[in-house]
Amino acid sequence: MRKEPYLEQNVAIRMVDITKRFADVVANNKINLEIRFGEILALLGENGSGKTTLMNMLSGIYMQDSGAIYVNGERITIKDPHDAYNLHIGMIHQHFKLVEVLTAAENIILGLNESRLINLKNVREQVKKICERYGFVVDPDKKVYDMSVSEKQTLEIVKVLYRGADILILDEPTAVLTPQETDKLFVVMRNMKADGKSIVIITHKLHEVMEISDRVAVLRKGEYIGDVPTSETDPQKLTNMMVGRSVTLNIDRPDPIDPKESLVVKNLGVKDINGVSKLENVSFTAYTGEILGIAGISGCGQKELLESIAGLHKLEPGSSIMFYPRGNKEEGEDLAGQSPIDIKHKGVHLAFVPEDRLGMGLVGNMNIPDNMMLKCYDQGKSPFTNQKKPRQQAIEIIRDLEVVTPGLRTPIRRLSGGNVQKILVGREIASDPYLLMTAYAVRGLDINTSYTIYRLLNEQKEKGTAVIYVGEDLDVLLELCDRILVLCSGRVSGIVDGRTAKKEEVGLLMTHFKEETA
Amino acid sequence: MMKHKKKEPLFRISKSGFVPLHKAWAIRIGALLLALVVCAFIIYSIIKLNPLKVYGTMFQGAFGTNKRMWVTIRDTMMLLCIGLGLAPAFKMRFWNIGAEGQVLVGGIASAACMIYLRGKMSSTAVLPIMFVCSMLAGAIWGFIPGYFKAKYGTNETLFTLMMNYIAIQLTSYFVALWENPYGSNTVGVINSRDKFGWFPPIFGQMYGLNVIIVLVLVVFIYIYLNYTKQGFEISVVGDSENTAKYCGIDVKRVIIRTMIISGAICGIAGFLAVAGAGHTISVSTAGGRGFTTIIVAWMAKFNSFVMVLFSALLVFLEKGAMEIASRYQLSDYVSNMIIGIILFFILGSEFFINFKVRLRQRYAKDKSQ
Repeated sequence: MRKEPYLEQNVAIRMVDITKRFADVVANNKINLEIRFGEILALLGENGSGKTTLMNMLSGIYMQDSGAIYVNGERITIKDPHDAYNLHIGMIHQHFKLVEVLTAAENIILGLNESRLINLKNVREQVKKICERYGFVVDPDKKVYDMSVSEKQTLEIVKVLYRGADILILDEPTAVLTPQETDKLFVVMRNMKADGKSIVIITHKLHEVMEISDRVAVLRKGEYIGDVPTSETDPQKLTNMMVGRSVTLNIDRPDPIDPKESLVVKNLGVKDINGVSKLENVSFTAYTGEILGIAGISGCGQKELLESIAGLHKLEPGSSIMFYPRGNKEEGEDLAGQSPIDIKHKGVHLAFVPEDRLGMGLVGNMNIPDNMMLKCYDQGKSPFTNQKKPRQQAIEIIRDLEVVTPGLRTPIRRLSGGNVQKILVGREIASDPYLLMTAYAVRGLDINTSYTIYRLLNEQKEKGTAVIYVGEDLDVLLELCDRILVLCSGRVSGIVDGRTAKKEEVGLLMTHFKEETA
Repeated sequence: MMKHKKKEPLFRISKSGFVPLHKAWAIRIGALLLALVVCAFIIYSIIKLNPLKVYGTMFQGAFGTNKRMWVTIRDTMMLLCIGLGLAPAFKMRFWNIGAEGQVLVGGIASAACMIYLRGKMSSTAVLPIMFVCSMLAGAIWGFIPGYFKAKYGTNETLFTLMMNYIAIQLTSYFVALWENPYGSNTVGVINSRDKFGWFPPIFGQMYGLNVIIVLVLVVFIYIYLNYTKQGFEISVVGDSENTAKYCGIDVKRVIIRTMIISGAICGIAGFLAVAGAGHTISVSTAGGRGFTTIIVAWMAKFNSFVMVLFSALLVFLEKGAMEIASRYQLSDYVSNMIIGIILFFILGSEFFINFKVRLRQRYAKDKSQ
């Protein structure tokens, strides 16, 4: 075995001059990164900075266009995930790769062909050993569809450990967890580190970096910016590295001016096509000039709540959604049972930024003017579309929100997530709404764009619009919103004041339903 | 642990980004030339003929005489008309493979008018009636799968395919009903003596009216798909039904409406086939064109003007292949092979427009810093 000059005692993996392109986009440009034995390395960067792409090349999902990867000093090629397993590299992806109808144990051995006969008993034993060693709790016979998000994640980690991984890569593991679950995960991570495993955690949350990591490597727009020991840095310095200039990390929260009832929801109930209840007995009020935050773990009904108000779901009998434009009591309309077409024709100025930007809010194959047209194409009696107005609107949004696009005719699926979101939010705000609902408005956006979005929401709030903000980052919710409604499996588990509530309190409400009768 | 040192795979395929139009067309034309070279090689090595002469013969087959040229034009118009019918449905991502049946029922309606209205009005007066009747017949044939898709979410591919067989059986029934002469099991040329319900020659050209009708449709479909509200709704529904619902489009109505239009235009193609070309009706009136045009509509990406090009190309290949088969007394398979190779290259060129292929690169000498 020829020794490479790179071999150092404590370096497990070294990536040298790694470049990866997707069509016209350079996702990684000549990146050099080392992962050392027994450390927790935080890979920090904004969305779209190429963190996941870089790690996907270690786990065999992609192959680099150029550059070299050395494992224990030897140059290797990782062609597929099997190669990665053989090199003892395991990655826990953001979107779990589990088979829902199989049990935990079955998922663990899936794809392993050690022998023709499957000995589940052996698997259980080994799983038990791994769990005891690091402090996991996994029931090997539980079906995946019965598991919570956090259990699924634990299973993914056990799965890669079972396959003998010494280097674990976790892609944004805390994005789906409550604060309490995150703490548990960190305990396990520390145990694994103590056992000599190397861990890479991909994240863009600074306080997590500070809490868990030994060293931080920062990427920005596909470039490697540098790495520092965590003990020698602070969140502000890291942000500056990540964004490339200094940014203030404070979100404004002007006090609501003259709040009036704008949306009064009572006993809202929704069932999905299988008759499973998605929302039950949801009642709340949104006021003009206020941002009402909605918190909850994923899948607890936030999406359905907004979509019901927008008229996209069939409501259970007894649901009532009273809407008072600008808080005007005389013009009240009951939106319950109305279709989006009815709502549009009623002239209720309702703007909705849905979670699925390209699958619901916009059409990816269309250009910006056509996407503007979605909202207003049917105005007027002429059978032809008016192409001038949307074009004008598109030019304004590109200018005001600094949308980066090669041109007006480019289909928007070619644009970055941040630019797509600006187009969507820009269009919705341009309709001069009385009620603005946003679902995960900053998901996948870089810091700069996120702050643009917060600013736009605050502008709307100051104009007297009732704003509903569904978010997943509790820190942001607590900084931005006046009040926060917490949903727990389709029911309201509490409404707290954004100015005084504690993160732990909200986290608890997200997972535990407080009985009102108690 | 380190027994792991695999080579890079030989080919690497990645998506190419934005390809400028002139480059895309250069690739397409390059593919066509390459196809001709490959065909030439095969022609020369297997059937021992001069490839250039064979290509010349193909050209003669399609455009050699005035009559041949007009037959080529007529068939192009027919193919194009069906393609125009498919375009709105396909743009909506509604896989209408029932054009064959929609053409047939349109043809039956036309033939029925020719047979039952004869002597009751003038030949010019019956043409608009035939036009409307075939359009309606096609529209009904499009409406049925559209309605079931919108209402019950049935699979449109199977549904439209099955509708073809119903149309074929219907045609057999009417052929038996209108059999002429008795016992021939065909309808024969309808109204061959007084040419009632036949297209009149325009500017001295027998197929002038076909060309006019179809070219009007080309312009109509282009404007309809690109500049009208209904066309806009079709694109939105085709791309994402959720977006359509979100912005207040009645998805069910759009599906049904679009399938009526799609079927109606295919019905017009049936009218052209009966009144403007064959003057008869049989189960082979559509002749598989309902399927061939799927290629036309797709390759042109539903741009009706580009569709003119592709339908002309397909008809040219078909006529040329027939000619070389008969001139050199080759079996059909040889000419079909040539068509196959040319189509393969043209369709294959799209892959090279959308993707980049890279060969394995040698590791650069391990550089030591």
